[in-house]
Amino acid sequence: MAEAVPHLALAGDTSVELAYMAAALAFIVGIRRLSGVRTAAAGNRVAALGMLVAIGATLALLWRFDALWIVAGGMGAGALVGWLLATRVPMTAMPEMVALLNGFGGAASLLVALSEVDHFRAHPATDTETLVFRFSAAHSVVGGPDYATAVVLSILIGAVTFSGSLVAWSKLAGKVKGNRLWGLGQKPVNALLALVAIGLAVWAGYFAGADGAMLWASLALALIALVLGIGLVVPIGGADMPVVISLLNSYSGIAAMTTGFVLRNNLLIVAGSLVGASGIILTRIMCRAMNRSL
Amino acid sequence: MLALAAVSAAQDEGNLPFLIVGLWVLLLAVFVGFEVISKVPPTLHTPLMSGSNAISGITIVGALYCATEGYPGFAKVLGFLAIALATINVVGGFVVTDRMLRMFGRKGPRGKGRG
Repeated sequence: MAEAVPHLALAGDTSVELAYMAAALAFIVGIRRLSGVRTAAAGNRVAALGMLVAIGATLALLWRFDALWIVAGGMGAGALVGWLLATRVPMTAMPEMVALLNGFGGAASLLVALSEVDHFRAHPATDTETLVFRFSAAHSVVGGPDYATAVVLSILIGAVTFSGSLVAWSKLAGKVKGNRLWGLGQKPVNALLALVAIGLAVWAGYFAGADGAMLWASLALALIALVLGIGLVVPIGGADMPVVISLLNSYSGIAAMTTGFVLRNNLLIVAGSLVGASGIILTRIMCRAMNRSL
Repeated sequence: MLALAAVSAAQDEGNLPFLIVGLWVLLLAVFVGFEVISKVPPTLHTPLMSGSNAISGITIVGALYCATEGYPGFAKVLGFLAIALATINVVGGFVVTDRMLRMFGRKGPRGKGRG
């Protein structure tokens, strides 16, 4: 049983996968066209269409939703807030809006990974099974070292992206000034936080048992990663912020990609990698345009 | 570790374990991502960043899994938040990008002589 979630597609998985491929194609074409002045507006629309197809195909894939109100309510509220934010904001506030939206995406990846840990825990087995060592042919959840690694990476990257993006947003919006926030931002502090985060990640993924430690370890990892995200972005000055936002943009793509390995969804891997890789290139381009190094 | 990976792989259906397929997909997608951005005029840096940010909202696909059966209550609450946040990312992202690009006339950004 390869899938983590029991699902029933309307016309079989094949049509969903084909739709996913169409969406991926739309994303690739969209990003390409966004690089050219004449084609940019069309590129954005193509990518948006791809997203529509992706969401529709996923709804078809998972159509036996347990709690439809979560889907409808979440998407409805999100669409409304997203629309309001995007249309009400003045043009001068655009870069910080990109940072804020990016942060939300990172938060979503973080929450999905944490939710997945809880999902994993919920399936009956002995208390000592960890994310790595749980194999359960009888149940629908399969662990494994790849699963464990992907889960903890999603938590780590999603959290850093979220808090880092929030700091970038608040700096550009003028809410936060200076290079430090409650003592964070200094390199040794960041290095220490990173080490703690890695330790927690290894513990949460490989050693924490499903009886309780797993969830707490994951939450602790998320917390440390959030703090690390703040520390990484706070020391950066406003003029360099667009480059940082581009890098965080790339990270949110990487977080989506790791979620794809958790949930075994190819589209997440493709689109996430696309955004991640293109984001790194764009960051380099922006660095060169400013004559600075990363 | 390798033995465990092998067992995990053996439990997958089909010829190739998902991890291997996934890594192939990752490899090719990263290559495409690197290649698809070649020359970007500076005026397009921010819209491109915004557009790819909207695409990173693909995480909503993952968030939708949380609303399916088998996910306990706490997980569903997290899933609801994730769906909402990801949708904000998607809708907000594409609309913001569109707004930025509206400043571009047919002949290039408004306010500049040539595109």
